[in-house]
Amino acid sequence: MKKKNRLPALAMAGPVSLWMVLFVTVPMFFIIFISFMSRGIFGDVVYDPSMESYLTLLDSTYFNVISKSLKVAAFTTLACLGLGYPFAYYIAKRPKDQAAKYITLIMIPFWTNTLMRLNSWLLLFQTSGPVNNFLQNSGITDAPVRFVYTDELVALGMVTSMLPFAVLPMYSSIEKLNKSLLEASADLGADARTTFKKITLPLTFPGIFSAIILVFIPSLGVYTVPDMLGGGKVLYIGNIIKNQFGMIRNWPLGAALSCLLIAITGLLIFLYTRFTSIEDMEVV
Amino acid sequence: MSDSIVSLRGVYKRFGKNTVVRDMNLEILPGEFLTLLGPSGCGKTTTLRMIAGFEETSAGTITVEGESVENKEPYQRDVNTVFQNYALFPHMTVFNNVAYGLTIRKVSKAEIASRVAAMIDLVQLKGYEDRKPDELSGGQKQRVAIARALINNPKVLLLDEPLGALDLKLRKQMQVELKRLQKRLGITFVYVTHDQEEALTMSDRIAVMREGVVEQLGTPTEIYDYPRTRFVAGFIGESNLFDGSVEEVRDGLMTVRTEAGRLLVNGEGFMAGEQLHISIRPEYVEFSKVPAEGFDIPGRIKDFIYMGTVIKTAVDLRNGQEIKFSRFEQDQSLQAGDAVFLHWKPSRAVAIKWKAEAGERNEKEE
Repeated sequence: MKKKNRLPALAMAGPVSLWMVLFVTVPMFFIIFISFMSRGIFGDVVYDPSMESYLTLLDSTYFNVISKSLKVAAFTTLACLGLGYPFAYYIAKRPKDQAAKYITLIMIPFWTNTLMRLNSWLLLFQTSGPVNNFLQNSGITDAPVRFVYTDELVALGMVTSMLPFAVLPMYSSIEKLNKSLLEASADLGADARTTFKKITLPLTFPGIFSAIILVFIPSLGVYTVPDMLGGGKVLYIGNIIKNQFGMIRNWPLGAALSCLLIAITGLLIFLYTRFTSIEDMEVV
Repeated sequence: MSDSIVSLRGVYKRFGKNTVVRDMNLEILPGEFLTLLGPSGCGKTTTLRMIAGFEETSAGTITVEGESVENKEPYQRDVNTVFQNYALFPHMTVFNNVAYGLTIRKVSKAEIASRVAAMIDLVQLKGYEDRKPDELSGGQKQRVAIARALINNPKVLLLDEPLGALDLKLRKQMQVELKRLQKRLGITFVYVTHDQEEALTMSDRIAVMREGVVEQLGTPTEIYDYPRTRFVAGFIGESNLFDGSVEEVRDGLMTVRTEAGRLLVNGEGFMAGEQLHISIRPEYVEFSKVPAEGFDIPGRIKDFIYMGTVIKTAVDLRNGQEIKFSRFEQDQSLQAGDAVFLHWKPSRAVAIKWKAEAGERNEKEE
């Protein structure tokens, strides 16, 4: 049992472990390291320890951006849960072959390029685009509505791109739910609502939890959606970080922002797991 | 009629084109232990689920205490179910599982505590209150499931193969316990099983089902000693079955001609020339080494099967049929290959009416 299994274990888990250490752990520590360095005159990183980047973050501009990013991420997460759970529940109750079709439909966004999809949104929603034409022709509005480069359109875009990540884990946990548990609950006198509250919801919580993690964290850091639909005018942590590493070339500040992002998500996950014991999450 | 606690009248259940239960008429009496017995797919579980309210009837009525339950949801019915795979709530402790029904009914905390404690005591699970279902053995889970269903004081307890997942020894022990519990509480049990031995051990009455139809309803003794259909004779216990026709009837004693030879059987209501089945239990078959009276069935000993309490001897008949007889001890004078002549008391054999099998009946109806 001891020596025999060592080689296969190394062969199976070794490559990925090494990969992760080299390409995830090391760069992450490098980012943390850089965040404590300073910026040179030409936008290079000067290895001169300093807290300057973190002090910059205390500026109210950054605070506003962070709180707005958190708000949008929270909104996206709630919207994805609110829309996704009923849908996941619905397809989980369909016959298997039908459910598979719905799942495929949900996956279609993954097959199309994100940039292409977002660009098509810009065309659809621009001032002289089909959506505005329709609104004016049908008399719903008099003047064209400004959709592009607004927070609202960014939020809409976020929900759209995150929805599959919410539906899939929730679907799989609802689908796994043993039907006889619901019958047992009804048998013991619980109506549909009570059964949902006392049995379905707690037992599908692992799926909801995965959905929250899978939606919230990327929503907080995403930059493509705000960059394109917000036209760079709507600022979130994601595109600020991107700008620091790109155009502005302030790597230490970008690194400090990244560290802050990691810290916020880490804290949220920590809080979440504190209040939900792992034991309760196991679905039989 | 009015003294039955549950009654099914003309109940049908169809799933698409499939008729799973057909024209079911059953009066279940208060306080009795009634078993629905049959092979898988005979409609017994569906019948139970219709009483519980998990399935709607396609036709006919089900009443509980004289009141139709047609428009009542499962949670509105005064019956509770013990599920096949227990269906315990995995995220709740034993205590909370048992308390579930009371919590839903908004019973006071103090009353819940005392009633759950009493129920846990009854099923002998004291000390396990804080465990999760995962931490229990199969037998313990079964007890929780029973306690959880009984705490609502149901008028009828429905049990769907509750012991199916347990090993043989534990199953036997639970059979006795369940039966005692039922007697003590005086609650009507409707019990579904495919295990005929279990049915014989526990039931006051058994309804033997096949292809959606009750083939015979009666006490275990009636069912075992006087099977009314060929299927019941074969399904309950072991039986040697012959097909034949009546040659002569005289004072309730019939001479029957079969391919294996001529037999004597007691029977009423048969006419000469009529086709019929004969069933004879292995324990009633006697043998001798010399023929007598012209009513012996000749055969040759095939082999001996040791069963623990009894030894079964398989005998090949001249028409290729195999019949078995059982004894507590092996007769040392017998050896494989020996010629024997089989006979029995005419009163021990059962004459069964020749009747269309359930399968053929289906086609007629559709």
